[in-house]
Amino acid sequence: MQIYLPIAEVSVNLFLLLGLGGLVGLLSGLFGVGGGFLITPLLFFIGIPPAVAVATGANQVVASSVSGVLAQFKRKAVDVPMGIVLLIGGVGGSALGIWAFNLLTALGQIDLVVQLCYVVFLGAIGLLMFQEALRTMRRTKKGGARRKRHQHLWLHNLPLKMKFRASGLYISVIPPLLVGLIVGVLAAIMGVGGGFIMVPAMIYLLGMPTKVVIGTSLFQILFVSAFTTAMHAITNQSVDVMLALMLIVGGVIGAQFGSRLGARLNAEQLRILLALLVIMVAVKLGLDLLLRPDELFSLFPGGIG
Amino acid sequence: MTRLLTLFALLLACALPARGEEIVAGLSRDSIGITASFDGSEILIYGAVKRNAPAAQTGELHVIVTLEGPSSAVTIRRKSREMGIWVNTDSLTVGAAPSYYAIASSGPMHLILDPVEDVQQRISIPLAVRAFAGPVQMSDVRPFTQALLRIREEEGLYKEEEGAVRIVEDTLFRADFELPANLIEGDYKTRIFLVRDSHIIDRYQSAIYVRRVGLERWLYVLAQDYAPLYALLSLALAVFSGWAAAAVFRLIRS
Repeated sequence: MQIYLPIAEVSVNLFLLLGLGGLVGLLSGLFGVGGGFLITPLLFFIGIPPAVAVATGANQVVASSVSGVLAQFKRKAVDVPMGIVLLIGGVGGSALGIWAFNLLTALGQIDLVVQLCYVVFLGAIGLLMFQEALRTMRRTKKGGARRKRHQHLWLHNLPLKMKFRASGLYISVIPPLLVGLIVGVLAAIMGVGGGFIMVPAMIYLLGMPTKVVIGTSLFQILFVSAFTTAMHAITNQSVDVMLALMLIVGGVIGAQFGSRLGARLNAEQLRILLALLVIMVAVKLGLDLLLRPDELFSLFPGGIG
Repeated sequence: MTRLLTLFALLLACALPARGEEIVAGLSRDSIGITASFDGSEILIYGAVKRNAPAAQTGELHVIVTLEGPSSAVTIRRKSREMGIWVNTDSLTVGAAPSYYAIASSGPMHLILDPVEDVQQRISIPLAVRAFAGPVQMSDVRPFTQALLRIREEEGLYKEEEGAVRIVEDTLFRADFELPANLIEGDYKTRIFLVRDSHIIDRYQSAIYVRRVGLERWLYVLAQDYAPLYALLSLALAVFSGWAAAAVFRLIRS
């Protein structure tokens, strides 16, 4: 059954969209990631215009983070002041990202930048995760001592210090603002939540305890992607609500099954699987840039801005 | 259908004074609504040649039918290898290229139509596009315009079907068009050319209105004219479905 998407102006199979949403939802439930980094490239592959794919991807991230945030709030695992500081940086970054996105679209380089971002970030994160998971596996086998996580970095000696009670931290607001800013830029350009950057940054850079990291990052992602969706909708009318609805319906169902399945599997093996998945997406996108494309020409609506 | 058409044509032929040969034509529908379940549409363009005197014996009679979607500017970009990766480098903007263009004719175009008249009326696909090309800053634009035609042909947006118009007894003709699912809204111009001995002896023009209808129209207008409201709607929908899904599954589990 075909469905005509009013904003993307293409007709797509309804079950393909539901299946895509479901698959990404399953993976996000399984691995506890937002799934934005998978949904946006998959939308490119099925022929959705990049601008619409990115903007609609942001809308889908809103839906997938709502239920997560609610659950984390119930567990009191959200550091709200920290979340707000990250959010302030994130909104600034998102606005910057939207501006860059529209500029790059006019220059015809948006596809390249989006692809490069995916290759660089996914490749790096995938490799780090893979390495980390392997090391943990080896360590648990040997039963060796864990290395001290929290280190005092020069980052913590900056001015504008603030107390974050839930995280047990007394640090400058500048590092979290910067982390939020970078994540906001990525959210706008790549159509992702940015959890895959923010979670490691919160643990290793800010030294936050793991128990509040997921909740706080979801809190920031929810509001930043809501802001990003609104900005895309207002500045370039590229959010397709019909497309978003199909992905969300498929996604929320998939996520529920994924999280149940995830509870039965070994956490370390899951992380290795996720790392391999992330590396695969990065390699595929990287090859697209390196190999000679079948069609050297591409069409863009409108004149050069 | 054919019999009815013959009757129709005969009636018209009797009733009206003629000047040589003229086209009498109709469309199977003059408007197409794009609904949520829209996946393409078919259009039948039919007609008859009306004449007062018996048909002239010189030269073959041919019919060419074109269907043209609304035009808009298109930027064509070419990739080239820069520092090991493929990047968009050169570009050419065509001021206005039709979003859809289909030709059906009763014979091979180069045999049935005088090239000069083809240029004047902008009938063949390359002419329909290149005729509108904007200012050119490049020495050779041909690879770009060819790429535009090639890509749109692969997407099924530009079509040339020689021999797709059937003429019955030098009088009745019909052409079927299949419109793709990725249609753009707008007025689709329909032209019919009556050709005898390579020269156009009559032409007929009409339009098909393609519009989004119902929910599609409502969402599109909302997104374009009330963007903040539309943004709120999409966010509300996302928040609600995220919350509802969690709630429903919690209910199922407990």
